[in-house]
Amino acid sequence: MSNHRVRRHQSITRSHQQSWGITGIVIHWLSAVLVLGLFALGLWMTSLDYYDPWYKQGPQIHKGFGVVLFALLAGRLLWRLAHQSPPPIASHAPWERHLAQVVHLLLYLLLLIVMLSGYLISTADGRDLEVFGWFGIPALPLGIEHQEDIAGAVHYYLACTLIATVALHIAGALKHHFVDRDETLLRMIHRR
Amino acid sequence: MFKQTLITAVTVLALTAGTAAYADKYVIDTKGAHASIQFKISHLGYSWIYGRFNRFSGEFEYNEEQPAASKVAVEIDTASIDSNHAERDKHLRSDDFLDVSKYPKATFVSTGYEDQGDGKALLKGDFTLHGVTRPIVIEVRHIGAGDDPWGGFRRGFEGTTQVALKDYDIGFNLGPTSTSAEIILTVEGVRQ
Repeated sequence: MSNHRVRRHQSITRSHQQSWGITGIVIHWLSAVLVLGLFALGLWMTSLDYYDPWYKQGPQIHKGFGVVLFALLAGRLLWRLAHQSPPPIASHAPWERHLAQVVHLLLYLLLLIVMLSGYLISTADGRDLEVFGWFGIPALPLGIEHQEDIAGAVHYYLACTLIATVALHIAGALKHHFVDRDETLLRMIHRR
Repeated sequence: MFKQTLITAVTVLALTAGTAAYADKYVIDTKGAHASIQFKISHLGYSWIYGRFNRFSGEFEYNEEQPAASKVAVEIDTASIDSNHAERDKHLRSDDFLDVSKYPKATFVSTGYEDQGDGKALLKGDFTLHGVTRPIVIEVRHIGAGDDPWGGFRRGFEGTTQVALKDYDIGFNLGPTSTSAEIILTVEGVRQ
C-alpha cells in the first residue's frame, strides 16, 4: 500500500491500467460461470436417481470442468503475479478496500481447497481423476483412512461457504454500481 | 448409568455361562483375517458386485455333542464397508444407504441353531442394520475343525443369508433386480 501514490500516478498516465485488461476480464467471467455452474451441478447430480441418464454423466462433467476451473485459477494467479492489478478506485473507503481484499483472498483460498478436496474424493482409492475421458490425473498415495468421506465433507461445506462468499462479492459489486455509482463493476466488464 | 450397564452385562454373562456350560468358546479370528463378511448384490441384473466389511468382531460357542446350544454374536463396523470404489463407498456410507454416522454398528445375535446333519444348519438370530432389528435365518455349513500348527484349536463355518434392503429401511432405488443383498459370512474361530 506504500506505493499507492506511485501506482495512481501510473494509472493517470496509462489509462488502461484502470482496467483489468481483456485477460483478467475473460478469466474472471469464465470462472464465475464455472463456479456457479459447478455448484449447481454438484447439488443436482448428487440428488439423482440411479437410473437417471445423468447419474454417470453429471459427475464426469463436474470433474472435467472442475479441472478446467483449477487451470483457470492457476493461470489467473500467475497472471496476477506477472501483471499489475489496477489500483483501488479513489472513492473507495479504506474499510471497503480491506474488505474487498479479504473477500478476494478468501475466494481464491476457498476455490483452491474445494477443488483439491474434490480431487481427493475421486482419487481416494488410487484411481485417476478422469478429465472428459481425455486423460487422467493420477492419485496421490496418501492412504488416509476414509479419505473420501473427509474430503467429501470438506468439499461440500466449503463449497457452500464459497457460494456465500461469492454472494458477498456480488453484493459489493452491485453496491458500488447502483448505490455508489462508481467504476468498480464496469471496469470488470469492459476495457477503458 | 454405567453401574446399571455393568450389572446387566454381568447378569447376561452369568446367564450365558450357565446355559452353555459344556460349549467351547471361540473368538472369531479377525486379527489374522481368517474371517470375512462379504456381500453380493446384482448390478442392473447383469452382473454381481461384491463388497465386504473390513472391520467386525465376534465370538461363538459350539459343542459337537450339543450343536443346538450353539451361539453366535457378531458386531460390524458399518463405516468399514468396502466395495473397492471410494466414490461408491462414500455413497454407501451416506444416508442414502447405511447412514453410518447415525448407525455405526450392525449386529447379529443368534437366537437358535437348528442342526440339519451333514454339517449343515440353520442359524436363527436378530440382525440389526440401519437401526432396524429383524429376525433372519443364516444357512450355515460347518467347514472343519482341528488343531492349528501353532498350538491352538480352530473351527470354521460359512453362512449365507438374503437381506432385503427395504426391510432395513434402505429405500434408494437400485432397480428391480437389486432389492436384496446376499451376505456371506466366513468365520474361523480360535478356541479360548
